[in-house]
Amino acid sequence: MAALALRAPRSSSSSGGRSAARLAGLLACVLLLAAGASASRDEGSGESNGTGRDPGRVAEPGERDLHPRSNLTAHKKAFPVLSFNYEHVRKPFEISLWILLALLMKLGFHIIPRVSSVVPESCLLIVVGLLVGGLIKAIGEKAPVLHYELFFFYLLPPIILDAGYFLPIRPFMENLGTILVFAVVGTLWNAFFIGGMMYAVCQMAGAQLGGVDLLSCLLFGTIISAVDPVAVLAVFEEIHINELLHILVFGESLLNDAVTVVLYHLFREFSQAGTVTVGDALLGVVCFFVVSLGGIMVGAIYGLLGAFTSRFTSHTRVIEPLFVFLYSYMAYLSAEVFRLSGIMSLIACGVTMRPYVEANISHKSHTTIKYFLKMWSSVTETLIFIFLGVSTVAGPHAWNWTFVILTVILCLVSRVLGVIGLTYIINKFRIVKLTKKDQFIVAYGGLRGAIAFSLGFLLTNNEMKNMFLTAIITVIFFTVFVQGMTIRPLVELLAVKRKKESKRSINEEIHTQFLDHLLTGIEEVCGHYGHHHWKDKLNRFNKSYVKKWLIAGERSTEPQLISFYNKMEMKQAMMLVESGSSAKLPSIVSSVSMQNIQPKGPTRGRAIPSISKSREAEIRKILRANLQKTRQRLRSYSRHDLLIDPFEDNLSEVRFRKQRVEMERRMSHYLTVPANRQETPPVRKVCFEPEHQVYTYDTEAESPRGRAAQTHPSPPDAIGLMNEATPRPNQSSALPDKDETELRAKAPDDQEEQLKLSRCLSDPGPNKDEEEDGSFVS
Amino acid sequence: MGASHTRTEPNEFQDLMDKTGFSVEQIKNLRKRFLQLSGNEETISRENLDSIPALANNPLKKEIINAIFDKRNQHESEVGSFQEIGFEQFLMVMSHFRPPTLKTTPEEKEALRKEKLRFLFNMHDTDNDGTITLDEYRKVVEDLLSKSGAIEPATAKGIADAAMLEVASTNVPHMAPDEFYEGITFEHFEQILKGLEMETRMHIRFLDVGTATMRCGRSTS
Repeated sequence: MAALALRAPRSSSSSGGRSAARLAGLLACVLLLAAGASASRDEGSGESNGTGRDPGRVAEPGERDLHPRSNLTAHKKAFPVLSFNYEHVRKPFEISLWILLALLMKLGFHIIPRVSSVVPESCLLIVVGLLVGGLIKAIGEKAPVLHYELFFFYLLPPIILDAGYFLPIRPFMENLGTILVFAVVGTLWNAFFIGGMMYAVCQMAGAQLGGVDLLSCLLFGTIISAVDPVAVLAVFEEIHINELLHILVFGESLLNDAVTVVLYHLFREFSQAGTVTVGDALLGVVCFFVVSLGGIMVGAIYGLLGAFTSRFTSHTRVIEPLFVFLYSYMAYLSAEVFRLSGIMSLIACGVTMRPYVEANISHKSHTTIKYFLKMWSSVTETLIFIFLGVSTVAGPHAWNWTFVILTVILCLVSRVLGVIGLTYIINKFRIVKLTKKDQFIVAYGGLRGAIAFSLGFLLTNNEMKNMFLTAIITVIFFTVFVQGMTIRPLVELLAVKRKKESKRSINEEIHTQFLDHLLTGIEEVCGHYGHHHWKDKLNRFNKSYVKKWLIAGERSTEPQLISFYNKMEMKQAMMLVESGSSAKLPSIVSSVSMQNIQPKGPTRGRAIPSISKSREAEIRKILRANLQKTRQRLRSYSRHDLLIDPFEDNLSEVRFRKQRVEMERRMSHYLTVPANRQETPPVRKVCFEPEHQVYTYDTEAESPRGRAAQTHPSPPDAIGLMNEATPRPNQSSALPDKDETELRAKAPDDQEEQLKLSRCLSDPGPNKDEEEDGSFVS
Repeated sequence: MGASHTRTEPNEFQDLMDKTGFSVEQIKNLRKRFLQLSGNEETISRENLDSIPALANNPLKKEIINAIFDKRNQHESEVGSFQEIGFEQFLMVMSHFRPPTLKTTPEEKEALRKEKLRFLFNMHDTDNDGTITLDEYRKVVEDLLSKSGAIEPATAKGIADAAMLEVASTNVPHMAPDEFYEGITFEHFEQILKGLEMETRMHIRFLDVGTATMRCGRSTS
């Protein structure tokens, strides 16, 4: 690959540091222009040592006084207090400058409100790239070009990893057949149709185009036919269509990589060899399977390795995210070594790794992984589009009206035909059929992007290459600009179903699992070994063998429902923590609480069960001990340790659950008084009992009430808890420094505990009902 | 299953087809399975179903068997459960798992969805009082978790409680503290499972040789 005509953009060694310095200086100008900030003055010092500068150059607010004062003393060279050496930071400097430029552009777009809602970001970035490229060309510099290594090894993997790691597995698997048909058969159809038609037309057009032979045309067809994941992501991200369509188009763009790789290598080898035999074609088919399955296997192996490694990281939490990134990147590179499909390998790695890694790593690492992936993929996506613009201006072009127009038309036509034809066949096997609207969106969403461009760049340098490149660029521009801009209004016009934003509720989760088992059971009764049967088998295999190896500790035997439940609790706790500091609690939508659903039954008439004093003391001791423990933990800090997350402490988890269950049981025995409720709760402070209970109490009700509460004879543990709370309000007015204590709480339980606590305190006992109310307003 | 065969048995299966909506091939396949399960008898009993080896690993085995023998799923107004069922009743139960076709109108889809939800509801509502109480829901969660190793009963209870709370809060937003939420009614049940698109999820691909389109003419599911 490297032997082919790779442009070496930074080989400006001939002009030495000067031209590079000029380039850097020019970029600094652009930066200044764009950001309007004069803070970047030090970039302006990218000038050479002041000798022989071009007079035509834009004047810099440069620091000329930075020159070494070598002309001061003739004989002894003064010790250079301040010297200037740009060369040795040139490369990282330029790279950083480019990235900074890209990000500032992105920032700029989102500040200007109107533009970003009409034009998708990718278009704007390409335009910026065009401008920058134009500027660079006007200076007469060589622009950096989107060449193979840069694109495929540095810019593409983060985007694919981000997509693969967060791929919604369920819809993907459910539609896998459809996606594969579109990816494999659709791409093949596109490639051959476009290639064949191009050849036919070229033959007919004679003269200029006559020299284009069939294999070159087919090669060209292959390059241009693949739907590009980057472009699809960039556009579809903003239009929020429903999950099914999104996963169809996106999945197709990911999985067609294998086809593209195979066809590309195939046709390139052939076009150099000149002839094709049947044997070669058969080898091609075999190659396809090897490439795709091999890629997946490589990815899966690395994924399992990554999962296994994450099992042991409980003591070095800080480096956990790195394992995920590195194993995935290695999977990609290893696949590239064997010329397998790197994209599929990366996806397989992410998908395989994820369930096990997420069970093992800490919550913070999970957040880190998410944010880093999003960040990297965002940056590289921006860079890709900008470079696309720059390369467009820079590259040699050979415009041929017939060829270019024909290419664009053929792409559209073949896509539409392909989608319609394939959908007709697919719908016979699908349960949820694809409607005409769906088909339209799938066809219209087939965007081409930078992958096509980079592949085109790799072609051997002959006169056709420039023509091909021009056509490719035109198609890319057309799809990104025209289709990208119009897809949003079209989606609204056609009233395509949008993504429903609802969070998954626990009821849905319970019933999803229930359905899975039910359908598996019915299948077994019918003697039919269908989807569910095999899925069930896979799950059981997973649970009994794989999870034991790859997940650390107790979590390996945790059933999915419970992990879902825990995750939900954790999320709600986080929400509570985050909102606790602001003035308003998230408006509690309903006033239903646990007591409303607990069966009243025989417990109603009971007197308060006598909770033994020893029990009460025990609880108090536990709570106090936890308070101390947290304080102790906080004292030691080292750079390599994160604060020990109480969430991850399994022991405390179990203890917490037990305690909570106890509390709940007791609380549910209490009758409650319908207190006079205020409509809007006053500002509440959330006091975080380390790890365990959450109390809320009204700010005005703080100390006096708390003390008063102490004098009540019963209910014992409620009071006991408040006792623990009272010393805290005084110190906790600055409260939730969430880093001081992490919290583990379950929101509905919290709410009910709050309600109950407050009511219990207002309700001194079952004997005296209406005594105190209203003081603890809930 | 050529055209010649269907000529001889159209009447036999015709009314079954009308009642349940299956195609002839599907009915034939199911009949074969039925005979296999029952040991060539005319009725199946619970023991026949119990002895299916593959079902042993299923945590919902008992519920499924109960549902098959449940009279409420026969679309008649009886309650209780059968001791044995015949082929027609077997088909009726299975018909709850048919998927919608391209030709199904939105009203039919709605009816299909209600039917499937009703099947699920009946599975949960074991005492047939029209609501799923907290205890019944707890039992559901416990069953779900039953095959997953030793689970503390408190966990299952916690999950069921949280789920119940969610149903109550979505459906009845404001309840005074002394009101009691009796249980999940069918309407509430529909409401919370709205997002799951039951009509497409709850289906089995019945072994269906002929209808994968290659037949010209009739296109069933």
